[in-house]
Amino acid sequence: MMTFLGLDLAVWWFLVVGAVFTGYAVLDGFDLGAGAVHLLLRKEESRRIALNAIGPVWDGNEVWLVIGGGTLFAGFPVVYGTVFSAFYVPFMLFLVALIFRAISIEFRSKEPMAWWRSLWDGSYSVASVVIALSLGVVLGNLIQGLPVGADREFHGNWLTFLNPYALLVGATTAALFAQHGAVYLLLKTENRLFARLTLIVRQTLRVFTGLYLLLSAATLWHVPHMLTVFRAQPWLFAVPLLTLALVLSIGRLIRRRRYFAAFLCSGSIAALLLLTVAAGLFPVLVRSTLNPAWNLTIYNSASSEKSLGIMLTIAAIGIPLVATYTGFVFWVFRGKVRLDEASY
Amino acid sequence: MSVEILSRIQFAFTVAFHYIYPPLSIGLGVVLVLLEGQYLRTRNPMYERLTRFWIRIFALIFGIGVATGIVMEFEFGTNWATYSRYVGDIFGSALAAEGIFAFALESGFLGILLFGWNRVPSWVHFLSTVMVALGSMFSAVWIVVANSWQQTPAGFHIVGAGLTARAEVTDFWAMVFNPSSVDRLSHVLIGSLLAGSFLVLSVSAWYVLNGRFVESSKAAFRIALLVATLSGLGQLFTGHRSAEGVSVNQPAKLAAFEGHYPASAPADLYLLGWVDNKTQTVKGLALPGGLSILLHQDPQAPVKGLRSFRPEDRPPVNFVFQTYHLMVAIGMALIGLTLLASWLLWRGRLWQTRWLLAVFVGAVLLPQLANQLGWYSAEVGRQPWVVYGLLRTSDALSKAVTAGQVWFSLILFTLVYALLFALFLYLLTKKIQHGPDEHELSEADHLSPASKRHNPAMSHEAPGAPAADLAHVSDL
Repeated sequence: MMTFLGLDLAVWWFLVVGAVFTGYAVLDGFDLGAGAVHLLLRKEESRRIALNAIGPVWDGNEVWLVIGGGTLFAGFPVVYGTVFSAFYVPFMLFLVALIFRAISIEFRSKEPMAWWRSLWDGSYSVASVVIALSLGVVLGNLIQGLPVGADREFHGNWLTFLNPYALLVGATTAALFAQHGAVYLLLKTENRLFARLTLIVRQTLRVFTGLYLLLSAATLWHVPHMLTVFRAQPWLFAVPLLTLALVLSIGRLIRRRRYFAAFLCSGSIAALLLLTVAAGLFPVLVRSTLNPAWNLTIYNSASSEKSLGIMLTIAAIGIPLVATYTGFVFWVFRGKVRLDEASY
Repeated sequence: MSVEILSRIQFAFTVAFHYIYPPLSIGLGVVLVLLEGQYLRTRNPMYERLTRFWIRIFALIFGIGVATGIVMEFEFGTNWATYSRYVGDIFGSALAAEGIFAFALESGFLGILLFGWNRVPSWVHFLSTVMVALGSMFSAVWIVVANSWQQTPAGFHIVGAGLTARAEVTDFWAMVFNPSSVDRLSHVLIGSLLAGSFLVLSVSAWYVLNGRFVESSKAAFRIALLVATLSGLGQLFTGHRSAEGVSVNQPAKLAAFEGHYPASAPADLYLLGWVDNKTQTVKGLALPGGLSILLHQDPQAPVKGLRSFRPEDRPPVNFVFQTYHLMVAIGMALIGLTLLASWLLWRGRLWQTRWLLAVFVGAVLLPQLANQLGWYSAEVGRQPWVVYGLLRTSDALSKAVTAGQVWFSLILFTLVYALLFALFLYLLTKKIQHGPDEHELSEADHLSPASKRHNPAMSHEAPGAPAADLAHVSDL
């Protein structure tokens, strides 16, 4: 296979897809988390500030999902077809939740009535949680493996996706995002709302830490195949250990009022958790629970070398561009939220 | 119903609903650039009010466009898994390029467009408007390129057989500039300019008729009329080019456009008609030899008809015929309307011609209809192929998905989109009734900024207080 800087093109493309989905988790993660804790804020003004904290950036953050889908489709079309059709029902719920999140943010401020606003607050928050949950459930199923046959098709039924381990991954994802979003809101608020959020951060951090430890134990016990790579390459244990260290240090960073560091820390946790999963599965993308020979790997499910090469060029030009002007937009809207006539 | 027909209905429904919005965004984007450009040039606050007003409308349309757009990307995988595996090497790269180059541009800068008025200099804001407008066009570029490849595949070869057969790219630029992409892209973009400019024409005409915001509405009407008139004329050209391309690349589709059955005979051009599939004839009003003249400048020139294709390789003829002819008729009406209005404006009589302004108020629906109908004839005309001549729609399905699952999602999308559409119309009407005013929110609704409420005891200098002390903030 063709290589670039000593790595196969398929490996490069695995890194690109992984990086884009990680970008999505870190960026939209805080929007979804802000949505998840939204109903814990009671006053109209608090909710408006919280919404306007993500207002100018959530749409750009969601683009990473669109790019992620596109890069997966382009690079590993076999996986795209198999996984998306296998999780038909959760993906449909996910899509409807994405629609509701978008329109709730957009429509909420358009009418002054209290019932109108609390209706959209509710749908915004529920949609954010459903998005996080369904992404986590899909990830949980990918970690365990799917009944994929020799025909590269999924041979389960529509309820296969609902199992305790996947639900635990889903809940942990939602808690991680909630914690990440609450820390983001700390950065964007001040005075009494800020004080209120420090309480919420404490609660979400407690829930996340509990779920994270439970999930780690469940993974060691329930999906031992994830450990094979780590046993062969013990230095990789640095990744989960670093994750644990970061989880334990967020509380301290917040107590020391180093909020931006705490935010980077919670973003890094999301990235490191995905890295752990990627390392554990590599080079498999979809593990077949029926026969290891039927695994979908980055080699047997990739596009042609020609296509991967072209796409790498496109990604190499495009993704730095996107990162640059995303950075610019974040810079324009830096600092605490001030409501003005353009706000939601 | 079978999984195939359900999946087709679902994709058609979700993409048709989605396509209400992107053409409006693309067209409005251009009008916004012109309005804000006028503001920067003249510093006339009227143009600032207009820009802000149309940005609010743009945001509403764009928001629903984004929300409903991701659905199709996912549906390729969920409902059309075999198709995804077959074309991913090519189609996937166009889709990924759309996300990276186009969608990110518009979504990234939209934040500045909406919330950046007081945060960036006016030229940076203008630049953001340009970026959003460009982004929405780039989006159309990659999506139409991908779709055109399905119509006229090029720059690929087929590798493997049976389960693993798929198209792989051999020449990227031949794939991008496949035989139909430039014609179809220009046709789609101009159709979008018509959709966006007719929205501005409709709303502005309504204000003029009701004597509200008269000066600014006349200014907006003039700008939009310029865009609409040029677009209408341009559409004649791109439409003709597209039809010529179809005659070369997809003769079965062209034959269906005109209900032309004979395998090789001079073909008529129908103004309107009805295709009888049993007798293989068309009843209607036709220009004899008209299609032959359009394509070959000769009324006797033979045109390949439907009988030269096996019945299982023909699209549903009457549906394609009707949608195509309605689109053409609406297109002509739009050209007539814009030319008449431009002439009256030049003669200084437009604002007194109230009936014409009233027609413009309703005419906002016409480009929308024409855009929808054009896509129906293009996509149904491609049937029974999902990739023309290579992969049949019936072979492109997800094998792991059952009819019950698709029923579930189809009903779900129907309910959600009905709600979405009702809310969209309600909020759009409300914004329009409110108009390009200085303040969108009323005083009572406009809460004081958090920053004014200074509370040193609870400021962020002292957030480390124990939970008990903070109990009183739980009401926030």
